[in-house]
Amino acid sequence: MKKGKDLIIENRGKKPREPISNTNLLMTITICTFIGMYLLAMFVWGGGFLNPQQFLDLFNNNAFLLIIACGLTMVMISGGIDISGGGVTALVTMACVVYLEDHGGTVIGSLLLALGIGLFFGLLHGILVAYLEIQPFIVTLAGMFFARGMVTIVSIAPRTATHEAFLNLKQMRITIPGMGYYGKTGIFIPAQIELGVVIALIVVIAVAIILKWTRFGRNLYAVGGNSHSALTLGINVKRTKFYAYLLAGILSGIAGYVYLLHTGAGDAANATQAEMQAIASNIIGGTLLTGGVGNVIGTLFGMLSLKTITNIVIASGLTKPYYQSITTGLMLCFFILLQSVILAVREKGAIGLLPEWLRPGKKDNKHS
Amino acid sequence: MGSLFKKMARSQLAIPLFALFLLVVFNLIRDPEFFSITIATNNDGNAVLSGNLISILNGASAIAILSIGMTLITSSCKGQDISVAAVAAIAGSVFVSVLRANEITIPVFLLAFLLSCVVSVLFSLFNGVLVAVFKIQPMIATLILFSAGRSIAYWINGGATPTVSSPLLTSIGGFIPGIPIPTPILIMVIFLILITLVLRFTNLGLYTQVVGINEGTAHLNGISPVWIKLIAFIISGVCVATAGCITVCRIGLINHETLLLDAEMDVILAVAIGGNALSGGKFNLYGSVIGAYIIQALTVTLYAMKVPSAAVKAYKAIVIILIVVCSSPVVKDFVVRMYKKMFKKQPEKEVQAKAA
Repeated sequence: MKKGKDLIIENRGKKPREPISNTNLLMTITICTFIGMYLLAMFVWGGGFLNPQQFLDLFNNNAFLLIIACGLTMVMISGGIDISGGGVTALVTMACVVYLEDHGGTVIGSLLLALGIGLFFGLLHGILVAYLEIQPFIVTLAGMFFARGMVTIVSIAPRTATHEAFLNLKQMRITIPGMGYYGKTGIFIPAQIELGVVIALIVVIAVAIILKWTRFGRNLYAVGGNSHSALTLGINVKRTKFYAYLLAGILSGIAGYVYLLHTGAGDAANATQAEMQAIASNIIGGTLLTGGVGNVIGTLFGMLSLKTITNIVIASGLTKPYYQSITTGLMLCFFILLQSVILAVREKGAIGLLPEWLRPGKKDNKHS
Repeated sequence: MGSLFKKMARSQLAIPLFALFLLVVFNLIRDPEFFSITIATNNDGNAVLSGNLISILNGASAIAILSIGMTLITSSCKGQDISVAAVAAIAGSVFVSVLRANEITIPVFLLAFLLSCVVSVLFSLFNGVLVAVFKIQPMIATLILFSAGRSIAYWINGGATPTVSSPLLTSIGGFIPGIPIPTPILIMVIFLILITLVLRFTNLGLYTQVVGINEGTAHLNGISPVWIKLIAFIISGVCVATAGCITVCRIGLINHETLLLDAEMDVILAVAIGGNALSGGKFNLYGSVIGAYIIQALTVTLYAMKVPSAAVKAYKAIVIILIVVCSSPVVKDFVVRMYKKMFKKQPEKEVQAKAA
């Protein structure tokens, strides 16, 4: 991945040495920003931010979002987009609850149902985008509409799971040794994470391994970077894209199950706008919508940054909901501009960024 | 016959028109009275047209107006603006707050509309600068206002959902006394005529397509891609303000959460169903407008079939998938090849006939 990126830049003959690839640079910026932001929050607001449980709650509450975002990272690296994640998540929660409650289902059965729904959407998107060459935005938009509509067809009223075995699974907590905080009564309360977080972290690691060390992962970068040259290199572009959407669909199904493990309820309003938050996490994490650049570790930190800023806004007393979305917008704006400027500087050099009449001397910048 | 078929298959408007035709036929078979237009008397005592056809045309006008701006943005920037509905909420909020601060007369109304236009053009230009100058993909650049826009509207409204009512607003959102056609349809027609004139008598359409097809070529030919993109965003800003104000006039209040909810998705769908490539380049404005009417006709049909409103999305998705599958280049090629295989001799005969 790093080599491929460097090679492209070298072939353009712009800079002979590139110390770090775009992917890694953008990811490093995100990680540094997140750590800096969190440390600042710890010093300025203290309180909840010093509590390890609040840090782990970032994961507990957003494990499903992380899984959707991981699937989306692969799709975005391949140069596409998938906005069906939130809809599929909502459909899975509702279908699983109805299956568990009304049809006497088992936990294994509901898990298979979740995977099946994800697989169905993944197959549908994959075939339509990769083999019929329909614009991915429209295909996954239709997928989102279909999933959101199907939720209300399955059940209009919100449902809560009361299945015993499922509830046992839902209440499973994993204690982190050595971490915790002292409650108001002075009792040490250990920090806990939910089962969904473990699944989410496994997904992150698995996707990271796929992207870094498998042929499929390398092909994704090649296809996203330039699908035409990938084709001439002998990469099966269609199949690579197909698998990207298929995996994203399956991961959306898993995300739905994780969401259900967190809330235990099926509702048509579940995971509203999760797709946009997933896209935002990816962007902050340094994945470009043009494809070919991105990393799933960046996505993880992108999601954490996105949610930490919300916590900071709440902690600083701006509790009205509209401050949160405005700050989210501002943060997105900051990262988008930062990335744009960095990439432009790397491509043209700092002088090339200036308008033509400001540049020293009259050089032909096109070929520099 | 063969050449006609080929021409049909190649025309961008073929699939959308065919889909609209199928919808009409389907409705006529299901209920022959579906498109009948009756003259009713509304609360103010005016004779007005009513019927499903009118409600389709009326309901689609906001999306149709938005789709005009979206087509230009799609064509020149190779991407979509997903913040149109959020910016429309901002424009509507400005509109309502000006109207509420003053007594509603025609000059105040015009001032309010102008002000909301200015505000929405400014927000659009913010998107435009990110896209054109900073070279950020439109979808990402507009994601900022997509997530923050409705909150800004909330802030302008002070958290409430203020209502405005005046005969003037009712006549803009409903019917002008003496004219039986709903005013939004008239506004839509005026908009379409204006934009047609602009495209016919200026080079804007051509330049937009050039920028969309190849920015480098456009630059070498003396067309500034930055300006063309900014102009597309400015036009879109005016469209957004108009659509927002029409919707506010129609319902008489501004609800920042629900005003034109999910309209950005419908608008992008309208552009795609109209046969425009979402990856930019060539465009056909009328295709997008037809696409908007297809979506509204589909919604009205589904409501008429007693589909619950929340489930409409699922059926809509199936029809959309069918339409885009039919217009996919792979399927088109396949159909043309099959057609050639089946009627292999026909084109040759025609060539001979032409030669003779």
